[in-house]
Amino acid sequence: MSITKEKVAEIKQKANDIRISLIEALIEAKSGHSGGSLGMSDVFATLYFHALKHDPKKPDWEERDRLLLSNGHICPVLYSTMAHAGYFPLEDMKTLRKFGSPLQGHPHREFLPALESSSGPLGSGLSQAAGMAIVLKREKRDSFVYCLTSDGEHNAGNTWEAVMIAGKEKLGNLIQIIDRNYIQIDGSTEDIMPLDPFSDKYRAFNWHVVEVDGHNIEDIARGIEEAKMIKNQPTIIIAQTILGKGVSFMENRYEWHGAPPGKGPDDIVPKDKQGEVALKELREKVL
Amino acid sequence: MIKEDVKLNPHIFNEDVEQQPIRVGFGEGLVIAAEQNEKVYGLCADLTDSTKMDKFAEKFPERFIEIGVAEQNLATVGSGVAAMGKIPFISSYAMFSPGRNWEQIRTTICYNDRPVKIAGSHAGVSVGPDGGTHQAIEDIGIMRMLPRMVVLSPCDVIEAKKATIACAGTMDPTYLRLAREKTPIITTEDTPFEIGKAQLFFEGENAVAGIVATGALVHKALVAAKELQEEGISVSILNLSTIKPLDTKSIKVLAEKTGALVTVEEHQVAGGMGSAVVEYLAENHPVPIEFIGVRDEFGQSGEPNELIEHYGMGVSHIKEAVKKVIEKKK
Repeated sequence: MSITKEKVAEIKQKANDIRISLIEALIEAKSGHSGGSLGMSDVFATLYFHALKHDPKKPDWEERDRLLLSNGHICPVLYSTMAHAGYFPLEDMKTLRKFGSPLQGHPHREFLPALESSSGPLGSGLSQAAGMAIVLKREKRDSFVYCLTSDGEHNAGNTWEAVMIAGKEKLGNLIQIIDRNYIQIDGSTEDIMPLDPFSDKYRAFNWHVVEVDGHNIEDIARGIEEAKMIKNQPTIIIAQTILGKGVSFMENRYEWHGAPPGKGPDDIVPKDKQGEVALKELREKVL
Repeated sequence: MIKEDVKLNPHIFNEDVEQQPIRVGFGEGLVIAAEQNEKVYGLCADLTDSTKMDKFAEKFPERFIEIGVAEQNLATVGSGVAAMGKIPFISSYAMFSPGRNWEQIRTTICYNDRPVKIAGSHAGVSVGPDGGTHQAIEDIGIMRMLPRMVVLSPCDVIEAKKATIACAGTMDPTYLRLAREKTPIITTEDTPFEIGKAQLFFEGENAVAGIVATGALVHKALVAAKELQEEGISVSILNLSTIKPLDTKSIKVLAEKTGALVTVEEHQVAGGMGSAVVEYLAENHPVPIEFIGVRDEFGQSGEPNELIEHYGMGVSHIKEAVKKVIEKKK
């Protein structure tokens, strides 16, 4: 199923709306993770508005594809996408990280039952996805399990334990999409704990590897289509992304990993103007 | 004397009382649970034979997942399997699961509210020659502290079978504590078992102290009670096979009737079953207490009974503790 030009334009607009809503929510929350959330907006928009088999009105639909966010700290993009897709009112975004909110600082399915899993502690999402995929495969059901991960959490042993079992069980229904932005909290991934040659590592573990530009909707959609065709191996889609994509003063700067507008480095934009400038940039043009 | 209504094994005090490892009951119970309910899955971390998941794996290969030596994966794949509506049992040695994978159990099982059943075999110092690295004596503490977690600690092979079958029928995350060594068979198929319900196994006339015991040491507590009775000291024994949720009613009745308690467990005194009992009593019905358990030490190699004696958990230690706690009442 190739993607039409009209669909691409629609998804680009959605990705922009998702970015605006998550930045508004982070400004209101006064804490939370901007960088990865902006960086994965195009991937999330492509998933929820094109690739995923889901029904926001029936989140417990048995036939749905499952999507787990392993790197739970970028939940602003998950929440914003789910709100735009109709899982809950966009109005709820204002409650992000506040007492009693369905939108906990890291995802918690007790507060937001439409989530497939709670997450936050890194490295444990992929193996939950593998567990789901094993059951689906053994029961010959045709849903896919998508697991969104970060490059930083590939420092964790639990991630590689999951990589091994997914290869062993030949989980063709498991599609991992990694936010490969080369940035983690303390700096560059290649300084802190080098992951390259990253795709070779996955091939060595019997995974199918697809590399895509994580900000090119056609490319993301193509990568997902290719992954779905691979029946006897799990697939990792390595999405090359830019942390902070869409807000010029945040792009590629690790200091924006865990900061909301107003709390980030102020060498380019003063703290009290960061929210305003970010929203202005996002409202002026669709990427 | 032994309470008749709980229908215990009449040969409990015989020298040649039949013995079997508690973990064997888990293996038998899992097969029965899987026959009763097709949602039951089994996952193991390269210890299928010694955790007694082997019979399940042979009989239900389509519901068995071999994880390899990866206990963090054991818990998290288990969580994913549970997310698909299954009831997964995950088994390893208690030292590694829940010992190594505690945070994964906390986040992906308890916080996520998934009905994963964690079977931790080889708990306690009675693992023996393998030494301290393989003797889990902190597991009750780290499991009972987790919200939603049910903690079961059966006293023999038959109770372990019943506990396995019973927890397969609930949606609660559950820790099932199992032991390696052969231990005397105390109960029978007719002995009542219910999650959350303690059973009075031994009732002394006008008992002057109560013993709350769990797991493999329940038999030693029974022997101690019998010997004390022969010395003219009357005690009662509660078998606490569910450590959480705590059967506070039975504990309160025992404390009220006897006025002093001894807790008996093959575990660190800090944070274990005795602590759970005392947390409740301190707020609701304080009585003098003595603890039997390991006191802030690691285990080591040795024969099981040798280690039980070394760490102060033998029959003579239980009797001493009873006498001491009775003194405290004065």
